[in-house]
Amino acid sequence: MRNLTDEEYLLPGNAACPGCAAVMAMRIGLKVLGPRTILVIPACCMSVVQGHCPKTPSKVPIFNTAFAASAATASGIRAALEMKGIMDVNIVCWAGDGGTADIGIQSLSGAAERGDDLIYVCYDNEAYMNTGTQRSGSTPEGARTTTTITGKSEGKKDVPGIMIAHRIPYVATACTSYPLDFANKLRRAISMRGTRYIHLLSPCPPGWRYPTEKTVEVGKLAVESGAWILYEWAGGRCRLTGPSSGLAERSKRRPLEEYLRIQGRFAQADPSKIEGMKRRIDEEWERILALCKG
Amino acid sequence: MIATGNHAVAYGVKAARAEVIAAYPITPQTQIIEKLSEFIEKGEMRAKFLRVESEHSAMAACIGASACGARAFTATSSQGLLYMSEMVFWAGLGSFPVVMAVVTRALAPPWSIWNEHTDILSQRDAGWIVIMCESVQEAYDASIQAFRIAEDRRVRQPVMFGLDAFSLSHTSERLDLIGQEEADAFLPAPEGDWKVIDVQEPTTYGNMASPERMMEIRHSTMERLKESSGVIEEAASEFSRVSGRQQAGLVEEYRTSGAEVMLVVVGASSGDAKDAADALRDEGVRAGVLRLRVIRPFPSERIRAALQGCKAVAVVDRDYSFGLGGIIGQEVASATGAGPFNYIAGIGGRDLSVMDFAGIARDAIRRAEAGEGRGEIWWGIKGSQEPSR
Repeated sequence: MRNLTDEEYLLPGNAACPGCAAVMAMRIGLKVLGPRTILVIPACCMSVVQGHCPKTPSKVPIFNTAFAASAATASGIRAALEMKGIMDVNIVCWAGDGGTADIGIQSLSGAAERGDDLIYVCYDNEAYMNTGTQRSGSTPEGARTTTTITGKSEGKKDVPGIMIAHRIPYVATACTSYPLDFANKLRRAISMRGTRYIHLLSPCPPGWRYPTEKTVEVGKLAVESGAWILYEWAGGRCRLTGPSSGLAERSKRRPLEEYLRIQGRFAQADPSKIEGMKRRIDEEWERILALCKG
Repeated sequence: MIATGNHAVAYGVKAARAEVIAAYPITPQTQIIEKLSEFIEKGEMRAKFLRVESEHSAMAACIGASACGARAFTATSSQGLLYMSEMVFWAGLGSFPVVMAVVTRALAPPWSIWNEHTDILSQRDAGWIVIMCESVQEAYDASIQAFRIAEDRRVRQPVMFGLDAFSLSHTSERLDLIGQEEADAFLPAPEGDWKVIDVQEPTTYGNMASPERMMEIRHSTMERLKESSGVIEEAASEFSRVSGRQQAGLVEEYRTSGAEVMLVVVGASSGDAKDAADALRDEGVRAGVLRLRVIRPFPSERIRAALQGCKAVAVVDRDYSFGLGGIIGQEVASATGAGPFNYIAGIGGRDLSVMDFAGIARDAIRRAEAGEGRGEIWWGIKGSQEPSR
């Protein structure tokens, strides 16, 4: 963490749940982004975490917009700043997985196709947590939510893959348990122009059903078990980062069960279901490794 | 010059020096954004044009730009306006002085590209000032006045102005432009002091408002909309001076003096209503026309004054609120406290001619003389049909 500034841009005191990984990530993220940053936030946990107006939770401007509209709002902000000759500002959408994978994907895809100059961070807590844990396109197979009480039967939507298909300059995955890896990726994103996308796995104690003090451990298990792969894609090249770079061989990964058992949301997944989940994870690894080979 | 309503809007937005334009194609609006895109690509206009993937994103981008103090414009129609609706309310409730042209068109199903006003009137509660144009010239004039009204410190609310599908959007009429210097004097470059995003002075915009705050926020919007009536009249009178053309403010009264029957109309077919009034006057029927140029803020006082002493009032609605009646008819009734005869006409682009207006005026007089109470009449209806058949 020595490369990060001591300056705090996320102010102390917020309305997040105890153990919220997304808020920790925003604190780190704003340290990297710095004061010349505008945050655009659609409906998501962060809309509540900010607290009530007229108070402000940060030292950078935050613009709240509608659920589906974060990327388009950011595009309009960029256009206005360009017209006014202001070129040195990071415009950053900070959206949840529902606002990214589901309702917001159209405006995100539109901005990416136009190559609009913005950074988009999806903090992915794998369900509609702000409304009380309903299934999203980003909920993983087998996870219990209030709208999939026997566990989600479909797999997780591959939004980073969709963004790679847009041929934007930069796509990366990250996890809140590896803040330096996230910070480095954000730095790389800032150094580029055009649409840049970071998909940040963000464990959620009430939604994933684990004790609040386990937030970092749960995220680490997601990566060490191989369930979440850390990589970055830039200039047509993909490479594994952080602990994931040593996990290409399946035998190096921790058993998936360790990641599943620490959370309540997978409690009802039986061995045959877990075998299916393992197969899907292996397939995902094969796909990413193939991408890394080029 | 000779131009269509759509091109007139594009010329007006160019003269107004809009800085950010975000738009999505839809018939019959598309020519507006095609022309603006052409102006920008040819270097005749300095603006950013965002070719967004939907109307929802078009308004979101306009809001983002306006939040940074930029002058933002979009245009849409019908389905596009309804798809945009969440952000239309966002702009109105957020007091962003965005300007939008709405080419009014019927809503599907079944598909129709023809004229109706239900689309624009469906957004009347969104905190926008709503203007309806009568002519190509007025579409041009309104597109410049709209920015001045929206950005006025007393208002700071968005403005949408409607032009009827095809009968205005695609009809060529004489159009007189004002010079760029005159336009700049009437509408100076935006100061952008309404901006809410500024990295020098970081604040959070739009986070949660408790029940202890929300009512006051809405109340201030209500007051600005109320205040806008005077600003609209001022802009019209100032633009009359600049252009040398008499501008209507909130309403236009045509041969209303001593009228026994008043046609209350909106939009492009108002000209036909005026021709009908002329014809009726020639025949000894004292007919007048009250054209509502502004729908929000609703010009209740002007309507009450104009309709006083009329034997028969015929409100012609090219729109409908199912389960209630014609939208303008209901609003006129609520403004005057007396039910007019509410004619539902011209739906889905059905022809609405001088003959129709003359017929409506005569029908209203007959009903008034027969002592009929308030009611709605579907003018020219040929029976009922199942949807999409």
